[in-house]
Amino acid sequence: MSTDLVLLAVLMFLVTYPTRALGLLTPGLDRLPKVAFDYLQLVGPAVLAALAAVSVMVVVGDDDVPSFHVGIEWVAVFVCLVIVARRRNLFLGLVAAVALVVIAREAGLAALPT
Amino acid sequence: MRRDLRQDLPALNEAVATDTQISRRQLATDAIGIGVSAVGFGFVYGLSAREAGFSIVEAMAMSTIVFAGAAQFAAVGYVASGLAWPGIILLTALLNARHLLYSAALAPWLREVPFARRAAMAHLLTDEAFALAISHFRRIGRTDQRGYWIGAFVATFIPWNLATMAGVVLGAQIADPARLGIDIIFPAAMIGLAVGLITGRRELVAAIVGGVVAVGVALATSPSIGIVTGGIVGPLVGLLVPASLAKETAPLGSLESADRFFMPDSHVTPVPDPPRDASGDEAPG
Repeated sequence: MSTDLVLLAVLMFLVTYPTRALGLLTPGLDRLPKVAFDYLQLVGPAVLAALAAVSVMVVVGDDDVPSFHVGIEWVAVFVCLVIVARRRNLFLGLVAAVALVVIAREAGLAALPT
Repeated sequence: MRRDLRQDLPALNEAVATDTQISRRQLATDAIGIGVSAVGFGFVYGLSAREAGFSIVEAMAMSTIVFAGAAQFAAVGYVASGLAWPGIILLTALLNARHLLYSAALAPWLREVPFARRAAMAHLLTDEAFALAISHFRRIGRTDQRGYWIGAFVATFIPWNLATMAGVVLGAQIADPARLGIDIIFPAAMIGLAVGLITGRRELVAAIVGGVVAVGVALATSPSIGIVTGGIVGPLVGLLVPASLAKETAPLGSLESADRFFMPDSHVTPVPDPPRDASGDEAPG
């Protein structure tokens, strides 16, 4: 059984824990420049959107060349987005996205990923 | 006259206890919702990690040692896309930097808690733990350590880890994951988490620009470079939105941002913002 990624988890912990602990353990850290807080507030949406967009819009072929992809995944992700925005229920959004993809693939309307 | 000596008023410590108990009941109600969500989402994380080739030890190490849902999901995507470890660590640091806002917001409430205990509390400080704790503290107007542990450990850490294990183990029984649409879980989860963090026009611009730049750069270079570039450039462009147009409704670390973790209409927040001392800090109690 592979344990290679345990070291990665430890390294991820080493960059995560300080952000959780510094505010609690270091008095006055909440007085960072406002622009720093503003930037931190925007990082989450940007990174997550980047991950989602690349996951559904970019595929890498056997030749290692990235190409633009259009498919049912776009619709599924959009449905999830709408449900989370309206219902604030991520799990419901995920269930709807998965159900849509399964139905589309079973009905032959979308291809299985290669 | 001391309050506990007056016949017409409850004893002060009794009032405090009742107040705390009522708030803990609300906390428990909220925690059930958060816990159920953690179970579902942790299970999905386990499935995704398994799909990306994580062993059960690796997936569980992420859930116990890192314990940050969005970053863990992102790590699954990074590993699957072949991103080098330094890139993964950089993006994890950026993605989890928002926790600084939570710890800064909770610091005034936990100031009197012993240092070692605060250090332990910090490891369990997630979006959900923050939401439960800050709401509870503001309802009762003071710190309640047991309330923090209920939200952070009982409602989040335990369900998340058990569900991760279940997801990896049961995921191994699925012969053809794509047929069950498991490949869509990762991008859908990412966009859902992003929506939860969009609280104004700056966040919206950062997300859109981050996504567009990521795709453009990914097509020109590679997916991993695109993700890093989008994650860095998106916030910079978002900062260009003037504050007067930002329409920020729930900045991270505020009570309004905490409320976004609860189902609509399921959560009541009766206590207004606490008083602030001369330095501008919230003054617990």
